[in-house]
Amino acid sequence: MKYLDEYRDADLARSLLAEIAKKARGNWVLMEICGGQTHSLVKNGIINLLPKNITMVHGPGCPVCVTPVDKIDMAVDLAARPNIILTSFGDMLRVPGSKGSLLKAKSLGADVRIVYSPLEAVKIAAENPQKEIVFFAVGFETTAPANALAIVQAHALGLKNFSLLASHVLVPPAIEAILSADDNRIQGFLAAGHVCTVMGISEYYPIAEKYQTPIVITGFEPVDLLRGILKLVELLEAGTPEVANAYARVVRLDGNHEARELLADVFEIIKKEWRGLGEIPASGLGISPKYAAYDAEKKFNLKEGKSTMSNGCMAGDVLRGAKKPHECPHFGKTCTPLNPLGAPMVSSEGACAAYYHYNY
Amino acid sequence: MANPTFTYSLNCPMPELDFDAITLGHGSGGLLTNRLLDSGVFSLFKNEKLQQRHDGVILKPKGPIAFTTDSYVVSPIFFPGGNIGDLAINGTVNDLAMCGAKPRYLSLSFILEEGLPLAEFWEILLTIEHAAKKARIEVVTGDTKVVDRGKGDKIFINTTGIGDVLPQGKINIKRVEVGDAILVSHSIAHHGMAIMLEREGLKFEAPIFSDSRPVHVAVEHLIEQFGKDIKLLRDPTRGGVATVLNEICAQANLGAELHQNALPIDAVVASACEILGIDPLYVANEGVFIAIVKNSIAAEVVSHLAKFPGCERATIIGHMTNEHPKKVLMESGIGGRRVINMLAGEQLPRIC
Repeated sequence: MKYLDEYRDADLARSLLAEIAKKARGNWVLMEICGGQTHSLVKNGIINLLPKNITMVHGPGCPVCVTPVDKIDMAVDLAARPNIILTSFGDMLRVPGSKGSLLKAKSLGADVRIVYSPLEAVKIAAENPQKEIVFFAVGFETTAPANALAIVQAHALGLKNFSLLASHVLVPPAIEAILSADDNRIQGFLAAGHVCTVMGISEYYPIAEKYQTPIVITGFEPVDLLRGILKLVELLEAGTPEVANAYARVVRLDGNHEARELLADVFEIIKKEWRGLGEIPASGLGISPKYAAYDAEKKFNLKEGKSTMSNGCMAGDVLRGAKKPHECPHFGKTCTPLNPLGAPMVSSEGACAAYYHYNY
Repeated sequence: MANPTFTYSLNCPMPELDFDAITLGHGSGGLLTNRLLDSGVFSLFKNEKLQQRHDGVILKPKGPIAFTTDSYVVSPIFFPGGNIGDLAINGTVNDLAMCGAKPRYLSLSFILEEGLPLAEFWEILLTIEHAAKKARIEVVTGDTKVVDRGKGDKIFINTTGIGDVLPQGKINIKRVEVGDAILVSHSIAHHGMAIMLEREGLKFEAPIFSDSRPVHVAVEHLIEQFGKDIKLLRDPTRGGVATVLNEICAQANLGAELHQNALPIDAVVASACEILGIDPLYVANEGVFIAIVKNSIAAEVVSHLAKFPGCERATIIGHMTNEHPKKVLMESGIGGRRVINMLAGEQLPRIC
């Protein structure tokens, strides 16, 4: 495949690995923020090919994983109501809330449908005028523009039966939350390339400056990841806590204007509860008053409860990078993808699922 | 692959009947059932055994037989490269072939949903007839039931197959040893991706066709040529290559070592998998088989296989090992290693 094979090139990967081993003198603890990167690191066996003095810690960049239990419970409650079609991405269906998962709700008769794009949910709304269609929208800055577009399109079509149950999160505040924690051990970040494709990279300069921590914008293929890690090691060894772009083939410095304007129009920045990390100020995107009619929480008068789950799942520690998935006593025993205790075992971006599926 | 847009209706017109959709009466066993069968099934599948119209059939096998059954519930029932009819025939033919048997007899049982357009049923029947003829398997007994609208999904087909075990063959999991080569007969993941794209209405520049096809001719040749050195045959349908290899490793108490770069995957299939975040190793195949063979003949097996249509991309993808019993490991394209686990639940496309 063009534009992919060259970033999976074995010779190039080997020479980058050799370069990393040569340049890394100190012991460095690095975090890749994005769950897509975690999966690529484990799936391609990169974790085990890196020199011993480089430790990769896996970050909270899995939108499904950080969606609070409360929101999942809201979705399950909504789905159980008559006349509602609840739509979402596949992964969300399997995540357990305190009242079970959406998949369980579906098996009990709720109309829950997997869609591949929020625009599909808009189409379902247009085709079913007598029903209320709710799209359970989770995601980072990458997914949020498409969700915003769904609202804009529903508005343009005059659809009154479409709404979003939104749980959008933002990357930079999460990096700050991790760096400002007392027990932080992360010395450098691989920032998520696709988030920067939308948002640009300007948000990262003040963070690198304030916490004296280098941040390298990184892609997802093996060669992209190794280039990101190499750049990060170079910055750490040189003692220069800068922001660098190792994914320039995709990421422009100022991101995607249109997408950002769409986000600014449809959403507003709100404080947000993250599963595992707690409440982080200015870390989420809520639906702006202009589009309040498309906000499922307002439309159906949903109230946040205080649901917690006490099943021994250590998702919080894993999401903060404090623990590796296999350090959890439930990993692979009482918690498997078939019977997950927490979201990181479910999602295709979850660290526990990555270790379960690919690590040996 | 044969021209996948070919429809049989042109050659064999649908009988003129005074109904255009299946009704509950067609499953009653009464007049309507008989009219449906007379005009459809019995006129298409002409053979002595079926014409007796008895409750069952008496067969006289020559020696050991292989016996298999399967149910087909695919949705949509028509998809690029085939429909539920040839899927059912090829699936059962291939299951027999995997036992090292020559397909002989088939039972054919329909569960039809009230309202199924007769034209669709007719097209499926024609496809079945064509596929059975191609595989030289005889439909010798069958049944038709109709369920209320909403209680089925248009049509379900159950088939049972009987085949004569080839005397030269010695297919048995117990014969799999350390060092044996693991082969796939052709490029993988076509069927599952064709269904997924059709189901979700996703279009790519080049269409993806199901690989639904019988593989028994190639298998018979291998067994005749290489005899007991062909140790195990499996068709990686549901769950794909990864699932079947995990099952083999668990049963044989051995491990499998694969090489990612060796996996034959067509570019368009690989692209579709990439875009949807689907691992082709877990995607269903309907015209591919895995063979575990003695390592010393593996290259020769590949060159024999490659001469058969639908096996052109036969490849050695790995070997059996005792280094990690019951585990399938794969060397990644860049030289790393990962485990290939059993799939938990359904593969779901990723979010971002």
